[in-house]
Amino acid sequence: MFRRTASALLALAMAGALAACARSGPDAATAAKAHGPITVWLSNNAQEAAWGRQMVADWNKLHPDQHVTAQNIPAGKTSEEAISASVIAGNTACLVFNTSPASVPQFQKQAGLVDLDDFPGAKSYIEARSGSLADQYRSEDGAFRQLPWKSNPVMILYNKKLFKQAGLDPEHPKLATYDQFLDTSRTLVHSGAAKAAIWPAPSSEFFQSWFDFYPAFIAESGGKPLVENGKPQFDSPAGREAATFWRSLYAQKLAPQEAYPGDAFGDGKAAMATVGPWAIAAYKDSVDWGVVPVPTSDGRPASEVHTFSDLKSVAMFTACKNRATAWDVMKFATSRSQDGKFLTATGQMPLRPDLTDTYASWFAKNPGYKVFADQTRRVVDVPNVAGSIDMWQAFRDSWTKSVVFGRQPVDSALRDAASKISEILAEY
Amino acid sequence: MTLSHTNGPGRRGTSRIGALFAAPYVLFVLAVFAVPLGYTVWISFHRFYFTAPGAGVDSPWVGLSNYRDVFTDPVVGRAFLNILIFLVINVPLTVGLSLVLAAALNAKLPFRSFFRAAYYVPYVTASVALVAVWAFLFGSDGLVNHALGGLAPDPSWLVNTHLAMPMIAFFVTWKQLGFFVMLYLAALQNVSRELYEAAAVDGAGSVRRFFSITVPGVRPATTLVLIYAIITGANLFSEPYLLTGGGGPDHASVSPVLLMYQKGIEQGHPDFAAALGIVLMVFVLAVSLLARKISERGD
Repeated sequence: MFRRTASALLALAMAGALAACARSGPDAATAAKAHGPITVWLSNNAQEAAWGRQMVADWNKLHPDQHVTAQNIPAGKTSEEAISASVIAGNTACLVFNTSPASVPQFQKQAGLVDLDDFPGAKSYIEARSGSLADQYRSEDGAFRQLPWKSNPVMILYNKKLFKQAGLDPEHPKLATYDQFLDTSRTLVHSGAAKAAIWPAPSSEFFQSWFDFYPAFIAESGGKPLVENGKPQFDSPAGREAATFWRSLYAQKLAPQEAYPGDAFGDGKAAMATVGPWAIAAYKDSVDWGVVPVPTSDGRPASEVHTFSDLKSVAMFTACKNRATAWDVMKFATSRSQDGKFLTATGQMPLRPDLTDTYASWFAKNPGYKVFADQTRRVVDVPNVAGSIDMWQAFRDSWTKSVVFGRQPVDSALRDAASKISEILAEY
Repeated sequence: MTLSHTNGPGRRGTSRIGALFAAPYVLFVLAVFAVPLGYTVWISFHRFYFTAPGAGVDSPWVGLSNYRDVFTDPVVGRAFLNILIFLVINVPLTVGLSLVLAAALNAKLPFRSFFRAAYYVPYVTASVALVAVWAFLFGSDGLVNHALGGLAPDPSWLVNTHLAMPMIAFFVTWKQLGFFVMLYLAALQNVSRELYEAAAVDGAGSVRRFFSITVPGVRPATTLVLIYAIITGANLFSEPYLLTGGGGPDHASVSPVLLMYQKGIEQGHPDFAAALGIVLMVFVLAVSLLARKISERGD
């Protein structure tokens, strides 16, 4: 009896395991033409989530037969990890309004993304909405697997109160050149006005370089991405200048080597932060802020400074059964009208080349955002290449070792990182 | 006659019922441990990545390629070195301190219950909360550095390449101590009081009684503590992840499990992570067997 029971139970377990292995997704051809209810995931950012729910309510009013449900992205260390897990499980929402371009090659490799070019008119819609900036977001095969949605160009936000305490002019801060930035930083810290001049996370996560090295490198190089035509660009005079500038900040104890357990800028521990316009809403009640472009060695004028875009895309995932509705919602959510509502609710910049003219009256009422809007014309994103995350991790490992902790000269660390990244790119 | 009776049909009936009751657990073990372990071994010999359902992506056999990648990755070497540093500090401290404390807490002390509970509190408190306390103490601007003034290490404790891993080892020792004290306290209940009385009559002092009666008396518990401490060390994840910002400066506190997470989940290389997991399992088995041999020597 036992043998029979055990055999039956074992067979059941194996059948379960095999059934789990033989899972399947929706048929692509059928799904592409299907209309019906869909779910969308929104960022956990309060203002962004509020816009998303309003956008969904607007859609549902007009399309009661294609009901859209909005949810926040499931919790995880990062949104990308939560999305990746759901791609594997086959339960991703149809649309995710917070997809990081750095993760797009990985989601593509996982067969998790719908090729947007398959929808009639998609290519021209994306190109018309975002202009020439859209080119950065094509996959290596030239197709769009993400709709570049909104940019958060990284600039230097500073705390006017702390600048004043340090005896600096808060209306005309000297932060354009590396030398000026270092002088100002020394004054801020040595006067006791702030514990740190600036406090980006010095930790080893692959994405942290987007908020220290990458904006500095993009600015110094006049708009180069980390990798171009399959070759690393940062083992260059511009890369070395930018990395040496950050090394000086760490070596002179103007930027701490330890991660701050919270928001150093919001708590008044750091006098400056590298952030996008999302920060204005976050700090409006706690910090009297000013904003300047990322510094360069020669202090070039603001109108010539490029920076990291910190863009997020809208992507459609292959778990979606009603993709025709999803594409219509994607267009609806990125229409001129919804982009205006998004800008008003969040202060983040829809990726439109004519942004300041399109929403001129809003920018007139909110001049603080104008400088970010101007900066959106000169932004560079992460390269859309396979092995993107491996590449950034290799760079970060070299960065923490040499720039943050000074255990290797900057020049040789950049050379090593470039060599490692070349290997990764060749492997993929 | 009796023997024949116990081995007769009645015994087989009992055995069948027992096996039936055990079947759900056998199934559970198969589903939760055996199948995933087998799948992990399979992944480690293939070029594999997780895909969406029905993606129809090939996973070709690559032989030992993933293992070769694991053994040639300098970060993996660093992770295993970190674990060795951890074990060298944590295991002797855990065994020594928990046994001494258990012996002390087994004696008739004022406020004995309070002390027993006090040592146990860190063990039942969430790591995340304790990490905040540790950061408050050992952060660059923390209480300890304020007390040390100019003698404070630079870079500070948790971001210092040489100190990050020892700090994690001390943190885990402190956090887990209450659990091991409890194990030893239970073991001490089985050591005969008469032995202590006889030794006292023969003139043995408290130190002699500790080494001649207590230590051999709790040897099975020591084996358990050793193996459990080794397994805990080999499975380190939360502490380096939370305390030293994801692996510390220049991988100074990265652990194999943290590396498995980074490679398998963050970077999308589950095949590498699977091979690393198998290597780690073999490592833990070998170290545990060695520890058992050493602790049971002389039995």
